[in-house]
Amino acid sequence: MKVPFSWLKEYVDIDVSAEELQERLFSCGFEVEELIDLSAGISRVVVGEITSMEKQEGTDHLHVCTVNCGEYGSDLVISTGAPNIFVGARVPVALDGATLPGGITIKKRKMRGVESNGMMCSGEELGLNDDLYPGSDVYGLLILPEDTPLGADICKVTGLDDYIFDISITSNRPDCQSILGMAREVAAALGKPLKMPATDWTVSGEADDSIHVEVQAPDLCPRYLAHYVSNIRTGESPRWMKRNLALCGLRSISNVVDITNYVLLEIGQPMHAFDLEKVGGRSITVRRAHEGEKIVTLDEKEFTLTPNNLVICDADKPVALAGVMGGLNSGIADDTKQLLFECATFARDCIRKTSRSLGQSSDSSARYEKGVDQYSTELGLNRALHLIQQLDCGDITPTCFDCSAGLSRERKSVTVTPEQINNVLGIEVPEEAMKDILARLSFEVHEEDGVWTVLVPRWREDVEGYPDLAEEVIREYGYDKLTPTFLKAAAVTNGGLNTAQKTQMKVKRLMCAQGYYEASTLAFYSPADLDMLHIPADDPARRAIPILNPISTHLSIMRTMLAPSMLNVIVDNLKKVNGAGRLFELSNVYDPHQLPMTELPDERPTLCLGAFGPEEDFFTVKGTLEAIAESFDLHFTYRRETVCYLHPGMTAAVYCGDVRLGVFGKLANDITAELKIAKDEKASQNIYLGEFDYAALMACVPATMRYKPISEYAPERRDLALVCDESVACGDIEDAIRAADKRVTDVTLFDLYRGEKLGKDKKSLAFTVSLHTDDHALTSEEADGAVKKILKKLSEIDVVLRS
Amino acid sequence: MHEIIEQLAAQAGEALAAADSRETLAVFWQEYLSKNGKVSGLMKQLRNVAPEERPAAGKIINEFKQKLTADYEAAAERINAAELAARNAAEAVDITLPAKRRALGALHPITLVKNQIIDTFAGMGFEVFEGPEIEDDDHNFTRLNVPKNHPARDMQDTFYLAEDIVLRTHTSPGQIRVMDSKNPPIKVLVPGRVFRSDSDATHSPMFHQMEGLVVDKRITLCDLQGMLDKFVQALFGPEVKTRLRPSYFPFTEPSVEVDVSCFECGGKGCPLCKHTGWIEVLGGGIVHHNVLKNCGIDPEEYSGLAFGIGIERIAMLRYGINNIGLLFENDLRFLKQFRE
Repeated sequence: MKVPFSWLKEYVDIDVSAEELQERLFSCGFEVEELIDLSAGISRVVVGEITSMEKQEGTDHLHVCTVNCGEYGSDLVISTGAPNIFVGARVPVALDGATLPGGITIKKRKMRGVESNGMMCSGEELGLNDDLYPGSDVYGLLILPEDTPLGADICKVTGLDDYIFDISITSNRPDCQSILGMAREVAAALGKPLKMPATDWTVSGEADDSIHVEVQAPDLCPRYLAHYVSNIRTGESPRWMKRNLALCGLRSISNVVDITNYVLLEIGQPMHAFDLEKVGGRSITVRRAHEGEKIVTLDEKEFTLTPNNLVICDADKPVALAGVMGGLNSGIADDTKQLLFECATFARDCIRKTSRSLGQSSDSSARYEKGVDQYSTELGLNRALHLIQQLDCGDITPTCFDCSAGLSRERKSVTVTPEQINNVLGIEVPEEAMKDILARLSFEVHEEDGVWTVLVPRWREDVEGYPDLAEEVIREYGYDKLTPTFLKAAAVTNGGLNTAQKTQMKVKRLMCAQGYYEASTLAFYSPADLDMLHIPADDPARRAIPILNPISTHLSIMRTMLAPSMLNVIVDNLKKVNGAGRLFELSNVYDPHQLPMTELPDERPTLCLGAFGPEEDFFTVKGTLEAIAESFDLHFTYRRETVCYLHPGMTAAVYCGDVRLGVFGKLANDITAELKIAKDEKASQNIYLGEFDYAALMACVPATMRYKPISEYAPERRDLALVCDESVACGDIEDAIRAADKRVTDVTLFDLYRGEKLGKDKKSLAFTVSLHTDDHALTSEEADGAVKKILKKLSEIDVVLRS
Repeated sequence: MHEIIEQLAAQAGEALAAADSRETLAVFWQEYLSKNGKVSGLMKQLRNVAPEERPAAGKIINEFKQKLTADYEAAAERINAAELAARNAAEAVDITLPAKRRALGALHPITLVKNQIIDTFAGMGFEVFEGPEIEDDDHNFTRLNVPKNHPARDMQDTFYLAEDIVLRTHTSPGQIRVMDSKNPPIKVLVPGRVFRSDSDATHSPMFHQMEGLVVDKRITLCDLQGMLDKFVQALFGPEVKTRLRPSYFPFTEPSVEVDVSCFECGGKGCPLCKHTGWIEVLGGGIVHHNVLKNCGIDPEEYSGLAFGIGIERIAMLRYGINNIGLLFENDLRFLKQFRE
């Protein structure tokens, strides 16, 4: 919010600099986002009087003037092209070396052969306009009053020696969204009295009993004040009012309109003025709009309304969109004679929803959305009436209305002891200091037997209990007075990660040790990402939770699998010429119980891995799985499976016992071909993806570790070279060997051979088989017996000893 | 005999000098020092020597044999050394050739910072709790003292998944879940991903927070500052300190914004701290009485403090990352720069 320094000074005798005030406000909770110095960039610009002028030879518009700038020189020769000059005019003069806003520097220079010792300035060149300083908008030089002292600093003369505080106000303090509200805080921070703006007025016009005001929706409009002002005399606003409005970025329109804007800025109370002669039946009704009812607002936009919108109506139609904007049909104009002021409290949420749903906003709606307290509603109307009288632009009649939903106008009270406040803070703030601070902030403290009953100012609707008072005390007393303590009174507790959390870190570190970098991708993507992996329409992965208000169509659904995100990361890396790499992500996927959701979905932690580059193949990636298995002392088995996005011949489902953990494999060739990456590089054609149910894996991990006695007997080893058809899987042979004899403890492939000697479609696999028992050393005969059993078992799947 | 020995010595010396391998040395040994070698042959020739001269001649022969054996051994040593040297030379490698190993990966910088924060607070007795990322309105807002229509709901741009189901906008709902399941004393961290419908140079629609909650008897604002002092010192160095200033969060009262003295310039003012000497790092406060009550905890008996840390913010400050987007791009050239 913009707060001019000079306007603040109307209410508080501020005896500190703008910079110092900025510091004080910061320490009591008001961050000044920008301190705007209106004189910034202006230097060496002073008042001068034109003492002579003559047309410059050879030009049709330049004049050579002699200018008296007092102490800066009484006969400076300056050329100007301005049309409005005359001898005796007092004007701003930028001296040699002067600077003007926008980084302009004025230097002595020759203009058409005549040396000019500076520049006489227009209002615009100084950053002024008519509202900030009269005469600034004329075409030509800014003509100053005749009695302006020569040589005076132009910033002082034109009021540019001022600052604007752009203050960030937290949403709990709507009472500070006004000049008066900030003045209250400034007065409290500086320990100065607050000078309230005048709100007195006297009746000068005649009552009108025909006017009718009624509120039919008290839930949305708890307070509605209206006051009839007759005999309106529309005209210009006084300079001081124009200037204050202009400092806050508003243009002056007319005295009556300016008053409503002034009250909005000064008190924080939005007001509306109806031209009573345009209000049908001289009747005002505040009600919910009818379904489909229409209104055209002041800016000539038409809206179709619903009962969620609050409207102000005359006898038969809406004349204003409550709190947002007046109707085109009832607004005041230069010829308005009778005026009805509206000063109301509307339900904050109603205004917000109306403003959002219609896409229509105004300074009023913005103010209502932040919250307007009832204190301001009364104050605002009286202030407006006072200004009507002060500006003499109408006759205040006794006809007024106060429609209230009966909200209490009693001040809230909070019961507290000084000890309670100090217990929140952790330091001993002296009672007297507390009382002083609370009094400065307009809280009233009544003490009885050490217990305080604190009456809360009516504008402080945020204060509910004593912790709020503790905050009031410490923000004025100073946070720097806190003395850090280290959980002085707290019990000792046992901290750190639990087993599951530690295991998760172990998995992540294991992946790192396998060469994988941890990725972090967004939890949402779009159906197009599933399309990329050719996920069929009826696949469970398509049952994703939609985001009702996505920021973009690319991020519209909660993900049901991680592989699309991983593939996108790989593609991005390939585009950035990172030709090889390994990445993993351990994140949730989201499975709804029903759509649309009526309860929270399952969040399933999922481990996704991606590997790409010329060095990768199916088995390097399989090695990752084996490392995981080994690290948890598990045994994984691999089964062929068909997955739409993986290569049909290079896909494995991973099992631990009967539990399916997930799947990995090479990205399907047709999908690889569709990726927007270079086609000729081997790296980009070699992408592997895997996705695993992390919870299922964790369920397989044994909870405890037990030592198994080391056998005294060495295992007996036999090498078996076998021959079979190409179609027989290595894993099936291993399984058969293990199944043949329970003394088989280990089966390791050490050779795989294909050759003409074996015959077409044949292969030879050579295994080392370890045989072992705990109770004795196996004899050769026993081992040979086991081998016989193994060969018999293998013959069942047409695997024979190589001859 | 003398002449014979001298002749033989000269012969043998030449042969030994010429020997340059185990093989030639073996030939030498066979020729001179073996049972049937030339030195043994000298002994046989003693028969031809006059008996009275035999002892002297025998002595000479023995001395010659000893010397030749010693020479032979020296030559063997020389040849062994030469052969070892030759083998070593042949086997020598260019030690600057690249190593053979699997390259290491690394944890994401967000995980690194998260772990550092957890480590610091674990030492103070904090447990770690992780709540759901998809939350109901009740946990994300209402019970945190943000009822429907509360102005604070506008502070956060919420992603809605159903009328009352949202992507959590902060890790604060974890406070509620912890207090529902556990009685004081409570010291807990709630790390996690949070979501806001906001995306630009300084905002990502998904980011990470770390909530901290302490509920016990007589917890004060001074405790909050003392604890956070320890935290920022662990992360940014022993010299830094915190500064509290008033702020507003619906679930704490009083609420504070916590700044840390600039660790880059020591508070003198630099571009990092925008010449203020202070850097905003987190928000916190004393747990609002309504929040305690909403979880069945009596605010007259217990009090609490809570704080929320933006992990990206800390990571960016710690590692000098200037664009939040880098943390979610997963460019390997970026990820490779972070090590535990």
